[in-house]
Amino acid sequence: MLEWWEGFWATYNAVIYGIGVNAMLALSIYVTLSCGLLSLANAAFMGIGAYTAAMISMQTALPFPLALAAGALLPALVALIIGIPTLRLSGVYLAMATLGFGEVVRVIVLNMEITGGPMGLNGIPLKTEFWHIALLLAATLYFLARVRRSKIGRAFEAIKADEVAARLMGVNVPAYKLLAFVIGAAIAGIAGGLNAHYTFTIGPNNYAFENAVEILTMAVFGGIGNLIGPSIGATILTLLPEVLRYFKEFRLAINGLILILVVLYLPNGIWDPRRIQAFRQRRQARKER
Amino acid sequence: MLEQQLINALSLGSVYALFALGFTLIFGVLGVINLSHGAIFMLGSYAALLLVDKLALPLWLALLAAMLVAGVIGFVVDYLILKPLRARNAPHLIPMIATIGVAIMLTNLAQGLFGAENKRFPFGTIPEESFNVGHLHVTALQLGIIGISVVLMIVLLAVMRRTQLGRALRAIAESPKAAYLLGINVEGLFYLTSFAAAALGGAAGVLVGLSFNAISPFMGQPMLHKGIAVIILGGMGDIRGAMIGGLFLGFAEVLTVAYISSDFRDAVAFGLLFLILLIKPSGMFGKVLERKA
Repeated sequence: MLEWWEGFWATYNAVIYGIGVNAMLALSIYVTLSCGLLSLANAAFMGIGAYTAAMISMQTALPFPLALAAGALLPALVALIIGIPTLRLSGVYLAMATLGFGEVVRVIVLNMEITGGPMGLNGIPLKTEFWHIALLLAATLYFLARVRRSKIGRAFEAIKADEVAARLMGVNVPAYKLLAFVIGAAIAGIAGGLNAHYTFTIGPNNYAFENAVEILTMAVFGGIGNLIGPSIGATILTLLPEVLRYFKEFRLAINGLILILVVLYLPNGIWDPRRIQAFRQRRQARKER
Repeated sequence: MLEQQLINALSLGSVYALFALGFTLIFGVLGVINLSHGAIFMLGSYAALLLVDKLALPLWLALLAAMLVAGVIGFVVDYLILKPLRARNAPHLIPMIATIGVAIMLTNLAQGLFGAENKRFPFGTIPEESFNVGHLHVTALQLGIIGISVVLMIVLLAVMRRTQLGRALRAIAESPKAAYLLGINVEGLFYLTSFAAAALGGAAGVLVGLSFNAISPFMGQPMLHKGIAVIILGGMGDIRGAMIGGLFLGFAEVLTVAYISSDFRDAVAFGLLFLILLIKPSGMFGKVLERKA
């Protein structure tokens, strides 16, 4: 049994790490979505966090937690700066602007000397362990659950439902939007820092348009009505390529197909409490009969 | 030297404009950001390549056939995916994600069927003639690209401005519900728009495939990025804006490469996009369709 486990772990630990990191990323976009903002900058924030943490680990002797903290802080700071002008935009315009921001970040990283240019950073020390990811994911979930139940969470919800009504109720809409944006950036940054310390190498193309879209997909796939949805979405979409090995070169096509089917037939994502409740009630009713 | 760059910019920009036209048409009429437009563009390119290579069709016929193929794909995507979402009145984010699925699927299918490597048109397909006007060097291909793009743009603009069909489409862009009450066949025109937009995308694909003579499953993604930048630049859903935005991006890119550095070529599009959104989110020409936002 132990041998089996060791073999299994050696083969699949990267996948399991990936689930944790992707869950954090999906949660990071959940934060902004829960405030009614469609921001596609999370891949870029992840990249900023990853580069910051990796460069600290490679060039200084600072401990890992400090590198991770810096990897959360810098994206949050950047989010604060670009959020002020950008968050005036709404709907698709915000999505496009944040997408543009992401590409600008990618090109800057691609052309900077200190980030290794197109080669990226190689030889990042392997510091991430399973419990780091588990602990930080749990902390993120706990933190977001608390936020949800707090005044801030209620404000997010009000803004998502109706921005004008929220403002009339005295909710400081721009400030809360900015807060959601910054929290999302910090979470994405931590996920990036964790990711960089087990992949050994990172490059500017790890944080491009496709990745931004992937993060969004995981969240929507799982369902954005609560915290469980994005986590489940990230888990399934991370495991899917492994499960679909059988299809070889067509596995991404199957991936795309599954995405389409979920959007068409499960409009609220896989984890939809209302649907689950309805299902339970139906079963209950059948039993009583 | 500058004049030469301008010719290059004109040919690049007119392809961008052609691609963005289909993209903006779908956003304007259907209210959907169709992220599969890049994949359809790529398939148009492959369709022309296969027709020239396997059936030895002349280039102009292959271009028309490729537009037809791309158009049919666009129609099928609309019929199978966007239509049920419309019927459900899904928020604008949802169809966009569905088209991401389409893009992933089509790109991967193309990769599986045709291979991941760059494909070329068979030798002798692409016209090699060129003209020298003064010290300017213009290839027949460049002239063809500019000519075809301009003709397609003029046709589209004329249809939109001068015909009953165009009026109906503009009515739908204002409000599908009102258009429906006026007796316009809204659903039918949605199909037609998806077909026409994809056909324009396919045409752009053939022209790009010819001008770089390299066709790969991944050529759609960078083009999609440019398309997004162009329609933001020109104002989303604005047809005239997409044309001018496309040309503008072509000029901006060529001049950046010529006078600053080729490293920043890809940053130009998104740098411009980011700036425009911060300064003037409605695009260069002001008026904006806010109905889906």
